[in-house]
Amino acid sequence: MEEQEEKKEQKKKIKIKMREQSPLERIKNFNEVPHGYSPEEAVEEASRCLSCKRPTCVDYCPVEVDIPRFLKLVKEGKFLEAAYKVKETNALPAVCGRVCPQEVQCESGCIVGKKGEPVAVGNLERFVADYEAEKGEMMIPEKPKPTGRKIAVIGSGPGGLTCAADLAMSGHQVTLFEALHKAGGVLIYGIPEFRLPKRIVAREVEYIEKMGVELVVNAVIGKLFTIDELLNDNGYDACFICIGAGLPMFMGIPGENLNGVYSANEFLTRANLMKSYLFPNYDTPIKKGRRVAVVGGGNVAMDAARIAMRLGAEKVYLIYRRSEAEMPARKAEVHHAHEEGIEFLLLTNPIKYIDDGKGNVCGVECVKMELGEPDESGRRKPVVIKGSEFQMEIDIAIPALGTRANPLLTKTMADLKLNKRGYIIAEEATGMTSKRGVFAGGDIVTGAATVISAMGAGRKAARAINEYLKWKYWDVSNLAKAI
Amino acid sequence: MFKILKKEELSEVITLFEIDANHIAKKAKPGNFFILKIHEEGERIPLTIADFDRDKGTITSVFQKVGKTTYHLGTLNEGDYLSDVIGPLGNPSHIENFGKVVCVGGGVGIAPVYPITKALKEAGNKIISIIGARSKDLLFWEDKMRNVSDELIVTTDDGSYGRKGVVTIPLEEILKEDQGRATKKHVPSFEDREVVQEPNVNLIVAIGPPIMMKFVCKTTEKYNVKTIVSLNSIMVDGTGMCGACRVEVGGETKFACVDGPEFDGHKVDFDLLMKRLQMYLVEEKVAMDMYSGKV
Repeated sequence: MEEQEEKKEQKKKIKIKMREQSPLERIKNFNEVPHGYSPEEAVEEASRCLSCKRPTCVDYCPVEVDIPRFLKLVKEGKFLEAAYKVKETNALPAVCGRVCPQEVQCESGCIVGKKGEPVAVGNLERFVADYEAEKGEMMIPEKPKPTGRKIAVIGSGPGGLTCAADLAMSGHQVTLFEALHKAGGVLIYGIPEFRLPKRIVAREVEYIEKMGVELVVNAVIGKLFTIDELLNDNGYDACFICIGAGLPMFMGIPGENLNGVYSANEFLTRANLMKSYLFPNYDTPIKKGRRVAVVGGGNVAMDAARIAMRLGAEKVYLIYRRSEAEMPARKAEVHHAHEEGIEFLLLTNPIKYIDDGKGNVCGVECVKMELGEPDESGRRKPVVIKGSEFQMEIDIAIPALGTRANPLLTKTMADLKLNKRGYIIAEEATGMTSKRGVFAGGDIVTGAATVISAMGAGRKAARAINEYLKWKYWDVSNLAKAI
Repeated sequence: MFKILKKEELSEVITLFEIDANHIAKKAKPGNFFILKIHEEGERIPLTIADFDRDKGTITSVFQKVGKTTYHLGTLNEGDYLSDVIGPLGNPSHIENFGKVVCVGGGVGIAPVYPITKALKEAGNKIISIIGARSKDLLFWEDKMRNVSDELIVTTDDGSYGRKGVVTIPLEEILKEDQGRATKKHVPSFEDREVVQEPNVNLIVAIGPPIMMKFVCKTTEKYNVKTIVSLNSIMVDGTGMCGACRVEVGGETKFACVDGPEFDGHKVDFDLLMKRLQMYLVEEKVAMDMYSGKV
């Protein structure tokens, strides 16, 4: 008896894993990897929550989801109510449940996690959102009394969607402008189908439109309209810029412009937004490499490598200049990449792409690295090992080295202060910029970060915009200090 | 959805569309391009804005049928819709009074060179235009170009119309004559005075197939006349996000979509451009074969 009790105790320390497609099966398709919880599994997992008197999980959530209350509803089997509870503060639960780095957010604050594995908040968030969608009972919040105010939100990624939803809930008339032909930003063009099915993004966008947000796709702000035109001629009272960083970085090494060398942005955009994995049924082509080298250690690198695998590559290398411990990617993604047979070449850096004589890449020359003293990021700086050059045969290379600020919009705004790397300077708590009525947040302010941090910025900006509309007060003296 | 208001077959393979795109028309400037996508499964292709009418709210596009998307586009008719039209993209042409300008348009490149020529003419430049095509039936807009030029030279490769040969032949003659005049300028005699006052060619604008632009640049380099070309790289988003349109200009990597599409032709690596344009030859054939089997 005692032994059984103990086993039960032990079991409680471990979270319930989501069933998923086996690696051998999933590298042949673009279907989602985990299947999600069954209702029974969800109840069991939620029951691991201690309903702490002073919960610390919420403190780690950038959009302050009431985690204990929603887990309690799951525990009671009230899945729809649980979904509504999450949606009170998070307009994109099905997305967040899938792509948030919970291990450094809510789950890192979980008390249960102190002695075992934390409660799988992300998996449960995903479960309730999917449950609501499957039951076809998408709750549309009651429309508030219109305030008569008009707000323009530029960029329909996670930050823009969150801000637009919050502002619509406050009764403002919101227009959400998107430069591409489909809404969702990085959720559509960046994160692959097998990690975030596009029908889920479409569902969340539809929800936001049902809340009364007007979506305008194919609208490149800065080209089609300037911010000044929106504010002065089109009657918008304020605007929120959340356009992402979106200019791919290259290393500046020889051969980077050879055919077969893709920026990760291009590779992902072709595969995800343009659905080129379905070529020729979809018109956009993508090169299906035989031997593919992805360069980088972030989530984008993992996504690119896993797409290349699914396109049918024989071999996918992931080249990273530091060791696995320094990789910025989510642990789950690194784990999935390993499982799928991607070969990690750590402490390795490419120095040259090799031309096959016809303008196509046919190989890469790399050097081995070792870790030296910590640099400004706190991570140990990789140093080249002299004489360690070696060459590998490849036919596709995908540098996934991060992004820079895209100046397309900001260069049309002379009165908007940027930092020296071209990112918009904005107050962290409010998103207020040096230009009256203009708020900004997400990657175009912070540099490349996460979906949820952009959502957090969207939420803060929505609050600040509400205050601004009340008082029309614009004090950015704090900003001046920051500059 | 964007409605096709007018369709005109300029030749067997070149088609003109006038598209209802009010907001884009209001902002379009010579040198800009736009991106279109026909339907959900379509690819995004960049096309130059060959003309625009701000009052009517329309943009004009001229395209040559070369692959699946452009052939499919060619089957659409007045009243049909395109699912997506995005623009205006790219930097507009730099328009000012340079003095004398030679505008060169080759093949379907006559369309994008037209609005630039028109704007340069309106800015007070003396314009010599050279338009060329493989043969007479591929030529179009001769009248339109004549209307915005002080002098128009037409060439065809096969001699079926205008002068036989490529555009660089008359171009070189113009530059040679011009330079002869410039040399004289240093020793002006009484008889030459009239001629000396004629402005020299200060700028060449050349748009057409990369091979034509390459040889135009080789020609003009000898005479040291600044030459602007417009590059038609493969693009996806057209806003700087993907970098598919990478070109090398003066040894530096540039994005044709946001840094261009116009560049100093003497600095462009045309061989790289041509190789990059061929990246998807195999896939383009697959798509075209499948399409022609279907239709």
